[in-house]
Amino acid sequence: MLLAYAPIAALWGAVAAGQGFSPLEAVLVSGIVYSGAAQFVAVDLVTAGTPLSLLVFTVATVGLRHVLMSASISRHITHFPRLRASILMFWLTDEAWAILERRALHEKLTPAYFLGASMPLWPNWILFTAIGAMIGNRLGDGAAIGLDFAFAAMFIAVLAGFWKGPRTGAILAASALAACVAKLFIPGAWYILIGGIVGMMVAVALHSEAETA
Amino acid sequence: MSVDPLFFLAIVLMGCSTYATRLSGYLLLRGVRIEGRMKAALDAVPPAILTAVIAPAVLLQGFAEMIAGAITLTVALLRAPLLVSIAAGVGSVVALRHLFM
Repeated sequence: MLLAYAPIAALWGAVAAGQGFSPLEAVLVSGIVYSGAAQFVAVDLVTAGTPLSLLVFTVATVGLRHVLMSASISRHITHFPRLRASILMFWLTDEAWAILERRALHEKLTPAYFLGASMPLWPNWILFTAIGAMIGNRLGDGAAIGLDFAFAAMFIAVLAGFWKGPRTGAILAASALAACVAKLFIPGAWYILIGGIVGMMVAVALHSEAETA
Repeated sequence: MSVDPLFFLAIVLMGCSTYATRLSGYLLLRGVRIEGRMKAALDAVPPAILTAVIAPAVLLQGFAEMIAGAITLTVALLRAPLLVSIAAGVGSVVALRHLFM
């Protein structure tokens, strides 16, 4: 995962530098905002001179999927002390969340595992932002060696662990379809939230109260 | 190298905004008993969100990504370790992009 992060962080650093961010500013954004999708949106908005309130609002909407992610993971960390869990949530990126959900399928999560799975991604993200911001567009093309696909491949691999029969198939098909349609017609990152919610609705529709599972 | 104070404020506010989204789900559901439909909906979050995040990148980009996605899924369903599945996906997307270009 550290490998898949590096090119995205470096690309963001390069984009930010290209838009007039100093390397220090780019690094601060990566360290404090720490969300790839939000940062790419933010750099566009900042360049366009968007007012601060709209900027913060937009970043929140891009991050709405994290509400669902943290809600889902909260069920596996009920035994964590509340303050510790709240602090750990800062590092709940998409990738860390995927790893944690995968682990929680078979084993109880511990604070140490949570920290170990999520925290190391952070300095890596910051470091490669700095590298990207400094070397800018001289960066090689990550697509040539397929690194842009590493993120998708990881999510697919984690997804396989959630397969529980035809009902899962229906949820996956519904979210995939909804996400693709939303991606084509609605600008921004809404497709993630829309796909996720449609999948959840299908799950609820297929749920029968008689079951005790 | 200096940072404009207003810009620094913007960064901090954006950071609060991201952190708030990550914290809220945890705080909202802490101590809530989850059963029935609520449980069904939450159980669907991981597969539904994982799918929604990657579906456009895998299904709307082209044949190379679609086939590589199917290969990754097959390898993963055969219970290969995570890194092997990712390597299979990345390797096949490189090969397939050459094929389709």
